[in-house]
Amino acid sequence: MPFLEVNDLLVHYPVRGGIFNRKQRVVKAVDGVHLAIEQGQTYGLVGESGSGKTTTGRAIIGLSPITSGSVLFQGRDIARSGTRMPPAVRRDIQMIFQDPYSSLNPKKRVLDIVAEPLRNFEKLSAQEEKRRVRQLLEQVGLSAESIYKYPHEFSGGQRQRIGIARAIALKPKLIIADEPVSALDVSVQAQVLNFMKDIQKELQLTYLLISHDLGIIKHMCNFIGIMYKGRYVEQGTTADIFENPQHIYTKRLLSAIPDLDPSKREKLAKLRGAVNAEYEQFHGSYFDDEGLAHPLKAITKTHSAALP
Amino acid sequence: MNEELLRIDRLTTSFRIADDYYAAVDEVTLSVGTNEIVAIVGESGSGKSALAYSIMGLHTRARIEGSIYYKGQDIASLPLSKLNKLRGKEIGMIFQDPQSALNPLMTVGDQIEEVLLLHRPELARKERRRRVIELLTKVGIPRPEHATGLFPHELSGGMRQRVVIAIAVANEPKLLIADEPTTALDVTIQLQILDLIRKLKNESGAGIILITHDLGVVAEMADRVAVMYAGQIVEIADIYTLLAGARHPYTRSLLQSIPAAGEAQSRLHVIQGIVPSLQHLPREGCRFRSRIPWIDESAHEAEPKLHEVAPGHFVRCTCHSDFHFPVHKEDDRHHAIS
Ligand SMILES: Nc1ncnc2c1ncn2[C@@H]1O[C@H](COP(=O)(O)OP(=O)(O)OP(=O)(O)O)[C@@H](O)[C@H]1O
Ligand SMILES: Nc1ncnc2c1ncn2[C@@H]1O[C@H](COP(=O)(O)OP(=O)(O)OP(=O)(O)O)[C@@H](O)[C@H]1O
Ligand code: SF4
Ligand SMILES: [Mg+2]
Ligand SMILES: [Mg+2]
Repeated sequence: MPFLEVNDLLVHYPVRGGIFNRKQRVVKAVDGVHLAIEQGQTYGLVGESGSGKTTTGRAIIGLSPITSGSVLFQGRDIARSGTRMPPAVRRDIQMIFQDPYSSLNPKKRVLDIVAEPLRNFEKLSAQEEKRRVRQLLEQVGLSAESIYKYPHEFSGGQRQRIGIARAIALKPKLIIADEPVSALDVSVQAQVLNFMKDIQKELQLTYLLISHDLGIIKHMCNFIGIMYKGRYVEQGTTADIFENPQHIYTKRLLSAIPDLDPSKREKLAKLRGAVNAEYEQFHGSYFDDEGLAHPLKAITKTHSAALP
Repeated sequence: MNEELLRIDRLTTSFRIADDYYAAVDEVTLSVGTNEIVAIVGESGSGKSALAYSIMGLHTRARIEGSIYYKGQDIASLPLSKLNKLRGKEIGMIFQDPQSALNPLMTVGDQIEEVLLLHRPELARKERRRRVIELLTKVGIPRPEHATGLFPHELSGGMRQRVVIAIAVANEPKLLIADEPTTALDVTIQLQILDLIRKLKNESGAGIILITHDLGVVAEMADRVAVMYAGQIVEIADIYTLLAGARHPYTRSLLQSIPAAGEAQSRLHVIQGIVPSLQHLPREGCRFRSRIPWIDESAHEAEPKLHEVAPGHFVRCTCHSDFHFPVHKEDDRHHAIS
């Protein structure tokens, strides 16, 4: 039994449009996502802007309304539409948000920011609470005296760690990290990524990592899902995806990754030209009439793709 | 052969904080040829945008010293009326923050038409409209006819960024300053924008300053690279030399911290500490010294200057030969700062 299992997830948003705002259209933000994550692993979700990655993450944690489908956490259905998530599960799953600059309330001290989940779930004395927050800050590599400071007194990487301290306050089992480092410099990025790996080992954490940076995904993940317009186009181990991509969209995505070797420029231009030509030529068979991906077909035990 | 298009000579840009001026760009000398892409890399706060704004003459309250020669003419001392004739026509800029670069009250189509109208009044209206659609198509905006009627807030972040790019290249500038042009975009769109910038170079021989913190993008695009740290250039070299034979400790540290596809699952290098804020910049001695504390003090040069170590390869300081990475990479979590 997988640790987290998402089955046929649909998140459709009704939008009003047309004259008199009467006509109802739906935006199919997520349109049939299946995924399974084993405990202690890192699962990467990749795809172009607007493909439904954030919505998928938010639906798992109960922040986006699920139209249909199920989310099983340790075998238990936690997100059937219409029901509220049991509090014990809400503690076990936490989210790290994209922007370290705006996701922390600038008017609150670090103490209050990090203690917030503790206050919601545990009744601690003020002294006990301070002790726990100090401990958490040290765990993320910030000094214990930081508790009385405000977010603006920290660098971007440090702010992102404050967000992580808050996310791990309740000792969660699953962390959904939505673009956790995309607003940071490479050197600071490295700091946060290393750190995420360290605490993963220490706390037996499972990650769902959302990122559009394929270098980061490759560095961090065991398993990868690739989304396109609300659907999966391919899923597999990191090796399946990077070494043996099957779907034309995956190939196009991979070929677009900037290469650090300038002597390959011409070779890459040719390769990209060929991949794009293949994409144009076979677009009609790899996508349906609405331009959406077909259902996934299994290729090996770990690897599947939305092949025609 | 490339001709010199832009030459920045000992440019210093200082901001007033409280009662003093602090240099965010400190004696930067750099040239850009026609048909050349020069990348500027460096951590957040190292002065890349401040340099770009100085070239464009867009700082309103900064003190600018030094010279900026565009086609031999010093534009740092040009009256605004003359500068305005260059900006948007000969010299284009892609702004880092698309939000502030667009007028929220004007449709996308009108904003692009405006720059065309300003600098190429000879174009007939119909021709102008056609050109707007062409530009939107080039930057990869789906359904361009529809997009012309939209306001900036009706677009996603990535789409707004593409509109800013369309405006910057509308008049086929001879010099393009692109400040983080693709940071908000996913790789397939990024590729399309990079191709567009490359075409500007190859087809009209433009000179390009490409500011980015993505070393992959640098490797794909740049002819030469300048690495900035704390307002100064610490290393300049052609792209091959920089990636294969970087000398300065800062350049080498940056290269080590990329999660390069290939070397999977290992630990990444972390540069200790942070870029100091303007007021707290060490102005004496080497500015990078505090971030490599394991290097013996005696190794550092007192006032590191740029030295030409090979033709076209400049490195600040001569003592880089003593530089090495820490032997065992320490657990970076325990470098609590503050
Ligand atoms: N509350 C909402 N109401 C209507 N549409 C929405 C809502 N939230 C998201 N959408 C739409 O659903 C789609 C998927 O959005 P989502 O934010 O999940 O994409 P994403 O893959 O995270 O993109 P990005 O990489 O840009 O963050 C988009 O078309 C978006 O406009
Ligand atoms: N108008 C201003 N007044 C005062 N200080 C400024 C001003 N603009 C920039 N600075 C300071 O100058 C330094 C350089 O800023 P700059 O925006 O050029 O950095 P950058 O290299 O572009 O960074 P990033 O990668 O984050 O865009 C920073 O310390 C910044 O805080
Ligand atoms: S003085 Fe030289 S060796 Fe020392 S930190 Fe500066 S550049 Fe590096
Ligand atoms: Mg998102
Ligand atoms: Mg900048």
